[in-house]
Amino acid sequence: MRVPNFVWHHRPHLPNPHLLGVVMGRAGRIAGFPLLSYAALSCAQEPHARYNLQQPVTGIAEQINDMHTLMLVICLFIFVGVFGVMFWAVFKHRKSKGAVAAHFHENTAVEIAWTVIPILILLGMAWPATKTVIEMKDTSNPDITVKATGYQWKWGYDYLQGEGEGIRFLSALSTPRTQIEGGAPKGDAYLLEVDNPLVVPVGKKIRVLLTANDVIHSWWVPAFGVKQDAIPGFIRDTWFRADKEGIYRGNCAELCGRDHGFMPVVVHVLSAEKYAAWVAEQKVKAAAFDAPDPAAPDRTQAPGVQVATAGKG
Amino acid sequence: MAAVTPDQLHGHHGPTGLMRWLTTTNHKDIGTMYMIFSFIMFLSGGVLALTIRAELFQPGLQVVQPEFFNQLTTMHGLIMVFGAIMPAFVGFANWMIPLMIGASDMAFARMNNWSFWLLPPAAILLIGSFFVPGGATAAGWTLYAPLSVQMGMGMDLAIFAIHIMGISSIMGAINIVVTVLNMRAPGMTLMKMPLFCWTWLITAYLLIAVMPVLAGAVTMILTDRHFGTSFFNAAGGGDPVMYQHIFWFFGHPEVYIMILPAFGIVSQIIPTFARKPLFGYASMVYATASIAILSFAVWAHHMFATGMPAAGQLFFMYATMLIAVPTGVKVFNWVATMWRGSLTFETPMLWATGFIFVFTMGGFTGLICAIAPIDIQVQDTYYVVAHFHYVLVAGSLFALFAGAYYWLPKWTGHMPNESLGKLHFWCSMVFFNITFFPMHFLGLAGMPRRIPDYALQFADFNALASVGAFGFGLSQLIFIVVVVKCIRGGERAAARSWESAEGLEWTVPSPAPHHTFEEAPVVR
Repeated sequence: MRVPNFVWHHRPHLPNPHLLGVVMGRAGRIAGFPLLSYAALSCAQEPHARYNLQQPVTGIAEQINDMHTLMLVICLFIFVGVFGVMFWAVFKHRKSKGAVAAHFHENTAVEIAWTVIPILILLGMAWPATKTVIEMKDTSNPDITVKATGYQWKWGYDYLQGEGEGIRFLSALSTPRTQIEGGAPKGDAYLLEVDNPLVVPVGKKIRVLLTANDVIHSWWVPAFGVKQDAIPGFIRDTWFRADKEGIYRGNCAELCGRDHGFMPVVVHVLSAEKYAAWVAEQKVKAAAFDAPDPAAPDRTQAPGVQVATAGKG
Repeated sequence: MAAVTPDQLHGHHGPTGLMRWLTTTNHKDIGTMYMIFSFIMFLSGGVLALTIRAELFQPGLQVVQPEFFNQLTTMHGLIMVFGAIMPAFVGFANWMIPLMIGASDMAFARMNNWSFWLLPPAAILLIGSFFVPGGATAAGWTLYAPLSVQMGMGMDLAIFAIHIMGISSIMGAINIVVTVLNMRAPGMTLMKMPLFCWTWLITAYLLIAVMPVLAGAVTMILTDRHFGTSFFNAAGGGDPVMYQHIFWFFGHPEVYIMILPAFGIVSQIIPTFARKPLFGYASMVYATASIAILSFAVWAHHMFATGMPAAGQLFFMYATMLIAVPTGVKVFNWVATMWRGSLTFETPMLWATGFIFVFTMGGFTGLICAIAPIDIQVQDTYYVVAHFHYVLVAGSLFALFAGAYYWLPKWTGHMPNESLGKLHFWCSMVFFNITFFPMHFLGLAGMPRRIPDYALQFADFNALASVGAFGFGLSQLIFIVVVVKCIRGGERAAARSWESAEGLEWTVPSPAPHHTFEEAPVVR
């Protein structure tokens, strides 16, 4: 109980990258995997995470990262303890070194200890996790509500409430086919780029309602610590509050058929002013369309509406 | 009675040639067939895995198209789970349980024949589904609705194959329960029974409990597909998530079906080569039973991302974490068995020790996945792929190899070649880790599973994993050489093939004669 709490409370003083470098370095060494030199380099300085969870930009994602670090450290201690004993036996208690077998085969005190102590360690792990679960589930009082609809194989976004209400568009992979098939060099955001990203303001609580049109999809942005399945005929919700402006990329995380690997999620987090400008621009565009169904780019909009109604009803 | 005639089979009135194998009711013949079958399926599933790794060697699409890629991942999973791992353990049960408890054969000898011979048709349906219009099912081995409802007729073939394999498993399980409970030699009380028999007894109950649940789930998919029902279709009042609840109510106990017999095998081997009795026999039995009971209360930890209420997430998170306790007890017991032993590292012991080491890493990642908020990040990523290959390959498969090397002398009458066996172990161990360790990093960094192509930052680790996978795949061919050499000749094995091996199976000659324990031995 004490050990986890120590790490937990002193989080601000323990720079994650360093600690993780050590942890992952050990893990790599133990597995006989030559990662030591790389592992010391943290993902923090790199644009893309390579050894660890992506750099968090929400409170939830940060809690998840810290919890994961804590778990790794605890597991590492147990690992070293258990396998220290085992490898001691493997090297010292060999017949070839003249070891003669003892004959003990039970010890009630020891057996009770190694049942009870793990339970205490688990309680220490469960406590922060419980707090985070409860926080993750609290989707109340959002500043903006967006509905995301999974289609085979793109995402549809409808701004339902808050600044930008009424905006709707589809968001599909924009990586050219030639790059995928090797006809052109692959760009920096290969497979993680879309034509119309979801745009949200920084520091605002965004509630995302999820549903799907055909099969189950899953809306996942690692940097936000958000992954929620989009289930046809039902509405689920999740939320995030991004603390930093930037472009955040994720993927569909539930097998949804042929192009499951080709329906990324991209979110642009803008400052309040830039977001207001973006909303204004979208309204102008929508007005230019002059239609009852303004931003709907094509026929795929219709099923989306049906699903939404069905789900709410 | 246990006297070995020069050629047991010819002194026998049964048919010969192919008919011998088709009609056999002998537990040893059937055990052998199970193991040959499962090894063929293991190689088939392996070829699919290597095709997957070839495609993932580089970013971009080079080898296969996305739809076929999904067929590969799906069939790799189905074939390995239902065709390779499960039948292999049933093969071990057939061969070893009667020998270990001093029974002359399995309780229901004819049903035993039938439960094996159901498997080849199921395998033909599964593998044949690649060649029907639309190809094999590409919905993932979990066959989630509604995606599985969209599939072509390959899906129907897979459903029938699962039905048939499920019937086979249930019959096999009933046979094991009845054999263990009724046919133990006089004096062999349950708490004197070798741990392998205990783990299989508990596994058999799990099988009987959950295979019908899977059959129900896939039957509902079948009727949704063809007969107008709407079990998993919201428009008709159904719920796609209900499929996942039913599937994982089968699926999580299934995980333990694939690992508990492995625990049993390892618990036989470690004491032999530590020359010391198993530490905490009774607590091993209780831990196995606890794991089995808890396995029915944790299924929704596979579904944290479906969006269940906080209370649901918390319940399944706590229950799942609790499984770490009995599992930990097992690992501690094995380590305590080795402690102050007189250890030697013949091939079976290498595999068993390797099992403890690598399986425990899979246990740690399992604990990390149990934490619901962390699972939200790693669910459906390569982290999970790494986790379950650590427990299924380094767990179940390594234990199967450990058991195979351990009992090959009893099966063939010859000692397996130690150098080749050790080569097989070290190659498997090294390449296994090269393949699957980097997948932890890939998953943490955000690579989803079941994708044929990936973003560029994942390229290095994927290339490494692919190299490792080919090394691992090729290493398994060494095993074929070992077994063939062992059948053909080699050092003759004594009845007690390993210096301090304990148990009734080591009291009969090696190779075990066609009929053993026609008169039950008396235990103490």
